Amino acid sequence: MKRVPITGGKMVLTPDEQAIETKHLGFTISPHEECGVEEAVRIVESQGGEVVVLTLGPPEAEEQLRECMALGADRAIHLVSGEEWDAQATASALVDAIRGEEPFDLIVLGNESADAGNYQVGIRVAYALGLPVVTGLKGLTVADGRARCEQEVATGRDVYDVALPAVITVKEGLNLPRYPSVPAKLRANRKPVDARPVERPAPKLEKLRLVVPEGSRKQAEILGEGAAAAPRVVEVMQQLGVA
Amino acid sequence: MSALVFLEGADELSLQALTLGESLGDVRAVRFDGPYAPAAWAKAIVDAAGDADIIGPGSDRGNEVLAHVAAQLDLPFAANVTEVRGNDVTRIRWGGTLQEEARIHSERKLLTAAPFAFAPSSSPLQAEVLSPSLDGSVTVVDQVAPDSGGKVSLADAKVVVSGGRGVGSSEGFAILEELAELLDGAVGCSRVVTSAGWRPHADQVGQTGTKVSPDLYIACGISGATQHIAGCKGAKKLLAINADREATIFAHADYAVVGDLHEILPAITAELRKARAV
Amino acid sequence: MTETSSLPTTARAVVIGAGIVGNSLVGQLAQLGWTDLVLLDKGPLPNPGGSTGHASNFIFPVDHSKEMTQLTLDSVRQYREAGVFTESGGIEVARTPERMQELQRRMSSAKAWGIDDVSIVTPAEVKELVPFVDESVIVGGFYTKSVGIVDSLRFGTIMRERAQEQGALSVFANTEVLGIDVEHGRVSGIRTSRGDIATELVVVCCGVWSPKIARMAGATIPLTPAVHQMIDVGPVPHFKDTKGTIEFPIVRDMDTNMYERQDGSGLEIGSYAHRPILHEPEEIPSNEEAALSPTEFPFTERDFQQQMEDALELIPDVLNDESVGIKYAINGLLSLTPDGLPLLGETPEVKGLWSAAAVWVKEGPGVGRALAEWMTNGESEIDLQSSDIARFYECQRSKEHVKARAAEGFNKTYGIVHPAEQWDSNRRVRLSPFFSREQELGAVFFEAAAWERPQWYESNAPLLEEYGDRINRREAEWESRWWSPIINAEHLAMRDRAAIFDLTAFCIFDVVGPAALETVQQVSMRQMDVANGKVVYTPVLSPSGTFKSDLTVMRLGEQQFRVVTGGAHGMADLKWYADHAPADGSAQITDLTSAWTTLGLWGPRARDILASLTPDDVSHEGFPFGTCRTVEIDSLRVLASRISYVGELGWELYVPMEQGAKLWDLVWEAGEPHGVVPAGIGVYGTTGRLEKCYRAFGFELDADYNVVEAGMAWGKVKTPDFVGKAAHVEHRESEPAAVLCTLTVDDHTSADGTKRFMLGREPVLSKEGKPLVDAHGRRSYVTSAGAGPSIGKHILLSYLPPEHAVVGEELRVEFLGEHYPVTVACNDSTPVFDPENARVKA
Repeated sequence: MKRVPITGGKMVLTPDEQAIETKHLGFTISPHEECGVEEAVRIVESQGGEVVVLTLGPPEAEEQLRECMALGADRAIHLVSGEEWDAQATASALVDAIRGEEPFDLIVLGNESADAGNYQVGIRVAYALGLPVVTGLKGLTVADGRARCEQEVATGRDVYDVALPAVITVKEGLNLPRYPSVPAKLRANRKPVDARPVERPAPKLEKLRLVVPEGSRKQAEILGEGAAAAPRVVEVMQQLGVA
Repeated sequence: MSALVFLEGADELSLQALTLGESLGDVRAVRFDGPYAPAAWAKAIVDAAGDADIIGPGSDRGNEVLAHVAAQLDLPFAANVTEVRGNDVTRIRWGGTLQEEARIHSERKLLTAAPFAFAPSSSPLQAEVLSPSLDGSVTVVDQVAPDSGGKVSLADAKVVVSGGRGVGSSEGFAILEELAELLDGAVGCSRVVTSAGWRPHADQVGQTGTKVSPDLYIACGISGATQHIAGCKGAKKLLAINADREATIFAHADYAVVGDLHEILPAITAELRKARAV
Repeated sequence: MTETSSLPTTARAVVIGAGIVGNSLVGQLAQLGWTDLVLLDKGPLPNPGGSTGHASNFIFPVDHSKEMTQLTLDSVRQYREAGVFTESGGIEVARTPERMQELQRRMSSAKAWGIDDVSIVTPAEVKELVPFVDESVIVGGFYTKSVGIVDSLRFGTIMRERAQEQGALSVFANTEVLGIDVEHGRVSGIRTSRGDIATELVVVCCGVWSPKIARMAGATIPLTPAVHQMIDVGPVPHFKDTKGTIEFPIVRDMDTNMYERQDGSGLEIGSYAHRPILHEPEEIPSNEEAALSPTEFPFTERDFQQQMEDALELIPDVLNDESVGIKYAINGLLSLTPDGLPLLGETPEVKGLWSAAAVWVKEGPGVGRALAEWMTNGESEIDLQSSDIARFYECQRSKEHVKARAAEGFNKTYGIVHPAEQWDSNRRVRLSPFFSREQELGAVFFEAAAWERPQWYESNAPLLEEYGDRINRREAEWESRWWSPIINAEHLAMRDRAAIFDLTAFCIFDVVGPAALETVQQVSMRQMDVANGKVVYTPVLSPSGTFKSDLTVMRLGEQQFRVVTGGAHGMADLKWYADHAPADGSAQITDLTSAWTTLGLWGPRARDILASLTPDDVSHEGFPFGTCRTVEIDSLRVLASRISYVGELGWELYVPMEQGAKLWDLVWEAGEPHGVVPAGIGVYGTTGRLEKCYRAFGFELDADYNVVEAGMAWGKVKTPDFVGKAAHVEHRESEPAAVLCTLTVDDHTSADGTKRFMLGREPVLSKEGKPLVDAHGRRSYVTSAGAGPSIGKHILLSYLPPEHAVVGEELRVEFLGEHYPVTVACNDSTPVFDPENARVKA
């Protein structure tokens, strides 16, 4: 799980161009992972077991671990580092922590994080653990030691079938995550977080700086105001051949 | 210097990846037949590549196969690059609303080309078909057709009528449905709408939803957050309808109507019916 | 996108900020005939991203402040007329007996301000009204039927569009103000991202951004943005079948500083319980940078832990349901001020720069109307004296002061605030030259206009024994809070011997120059063209003949008048004088508040004491009442003024601030053989004053009542013109609709046998317990209350309808839910103590 800022407005960078300016922003669980936590909780709710949530992030990421536990995760492991890690180092740190949790049935990650978008941490984790991996899931059924995984493609859904233990990466839309209830929030505060400081190794894909791309501001043609614009809209639709 | 380029097919993103490969040196293009098996495909690519750079398209599969390649080689992989300068690359983050300049600490480059960052290659395409060994590897075992209830799918629709916070409620989408049906199009929505539970996630257009490329995208009551724009920038034309004259969406629009969508949409529907009745 | 219209180059007034206040104001100005108005906002419309956009939009009309209640009632009326008000009812629930007593006080305030659809309800009745409340955690509630929710954005749009339709207003959204030009202390124009506008009037309705905008003109709007936390939970199965947005009364869980309101299928929970979280206006992100709206900050969940526990306790039926999720949570910004009241009116620093800030949705439309009237007529129907932005002294406008008081005040939002409650933070800012002497005497300091001022002296405790039974002991904790029986003992010692008072908090300013007389005549009801050395007490009237102030003016020379007024309202008075001085500078007004200190000396022995200090003639003949002159005391030259607010022989003694300590020591030493005591403001402002039935501004005297009703229309109307003259003449010619009377309490015994003592602002009722309403619809309430130690009775002042303003009339006063018998003692300004004023003129 990764803590990411809630953006939506104009992106503003810190003066050193190493990060987004977040002093006005809230933070959340990266959307794919929120669905991942929800899915894991649903599996455990119906089949029993335990959900452990794992993150590599700054001390403040404890807030998101608590959010995950409010969604239903049982406990959390927090690899604490204030720096941004590249995908290889992240996968390696996660694997070290996961090895301490054996045996397990399923490792769930987001397909890619909302901010870095590296598309690879889950796959690297699977290789390091010697486990099968399926990515980009929008559907999952776990039964009899196997996982039926559905991946969205242009023509519908491709289905994979893997034996557990396995690694999967999921996408938003897999489910609609619950809103945590007040008692769940209060319970989450009492659940354990195992915080472990970790040292970042030298990055192999080294971030030099961030850049806000210049927006392409179009000059829209105003078709009119209010309902009176309707005839003109239909004209345009006819010109575009869609009417 | 040479590069091996993995092509999904003759699609636009693959041809863009080819352009990126060509910019790095001699290109060898490869593709696969048969069922999709990312680990096995990656193994075949690794075996074929020697010590060449490996390039793929910035599609779901391109990124997935390259990630497998990277894991097998234990090398860094830069996804969705827009520019390469020696060992430095520019790649996109946040679905394209931010760029990162990064340095690859490796002799070999493993990259995918960010969608629409490069012109499609016009070189005659002669991709070599690789034959992976599928022994025990994870592969597609079944396919499920899209569940669209007989309607045009969002990804394929020629017209998308999309609603945002301004629609106001789940019921408010009725007028969008009506117009979409009339235009043989699909209904989309922004992330606030799915968060509010007004529409299913399958209707969400945006960075974490569906990316659409219709001929006309009608954004109704959508403010124009970057996460949404990331999903609809593939549209050929964008018509924005918004009560707020200065909404961000207008900066991305080709056509604008200012006013209350609850009045404007029914008027357009009525006008369309009238035009067709003639 | 291109704009269809461009900014005008000139405007009669530019209103900045299209929230509830700015929109209301332009609508009202247009209605009053204003044209060429411009409304700007840096954000988009209809929701530009200020606090209005995320307001909870519910309104509880009852407040202990008459001014705030009147503004709220007017707002509700306007919201109702616009069709954007939905009545839901509302209940303030109590978890403790102390809170139940407070709810009884709210009942009293409701009755005093004319809100009748209120009742005290039992836990079972609360449960019936709001079935999802766990009635076992509460002890009762205060139900107001007319509580409701409003659509404040829609209302704003209606007002704005009305003004546009009248052709009076042009509106520019997404237009940022870059500067405000000031020439010769007066607004001359405004610079924006779309161009410049020449204008002489700019109104800052910018909510949390107001300080930043005002600073562009060199003015201060002393408020701070602060966080109010809110969460939305849902969907609540219980609300599945509700129609419309609200069906259940809104619940205010007063003891936990929280509220809960049903909103469709959800429940909104808001809190004022968390630590004060203050921000700087400059820190607020732009509309583009903000993820939500600029005034919706990320929720800080750690500040909401206890609130979740508390809410769970009160409404377990809703919140213990695991399917009810937290769907939305924000730290919403709102405006806080040092005293919790709005900031309205023209800024004292810059002519033409008006403020309408720190206004909440509940009072927005009322403020819009009142401010429009003020801008048009120089006064508003609803008295805005407590909200007047001119009320602050320099030191009260500092950022540190604003933050300290806002932080302290935040958790009092739902608090039980005693009427005499003192602030803790940022004290000891203004210290009189007597301060160290007073400390040695065990003074208990109250704050007045940022000064530390003794309320009573612990060193006077032995007097309690001296006066024994003559001193009323208060039995109940509430009335004993911020009070001491020593006050009554000091009072009796003053009446028997003499007392000295620290009056440094007086606001003092001189009006000098060729037009000085003309200026003071213009603002004073009474004749100012008097001999040099005369002291005149005068009402200061509004154009409609009600009270703008009351104060004392000393004529020190042909072209020099010294105005002495109460500290609390001094700065507003100073501005009122300055506003009426000729523009050519022929009358100069100089603030001397920090230059002069005042020591009061009153009591039967005052003359003996003063005579022992000065060779000058201080006999009655040599130094008559109502005169002032310089006397020499030791090496000091002291301006002595023979008047009294406590009904005793004596003087106000003025010296330059740095000589104050010396004066104190001289008077103290000379007074000792005469048994002089130090006395606090408890005597000066309450017991001494009330026995003499002297009226006080802000209590008896406000814009709701005129001079005739106040019983102060002594003598003839002076010939020279003055503000409010025409109205005053008319008031004299017609029968007053109410008469200010003095009442005494006949029996203090409550149901449980405890003696209870009113503190002021209680409703006065008929013998049958019915509210008294005068011909203008005004309710009778206690304007001031306090002990009369010399007459052995508790004294109340109140305006009564003429049919009840009869000496000997028996009435009732409601106090904390019980009725007490009272009797009218006087129905004019005749004092209940020393009615002939023999002592003053001794």
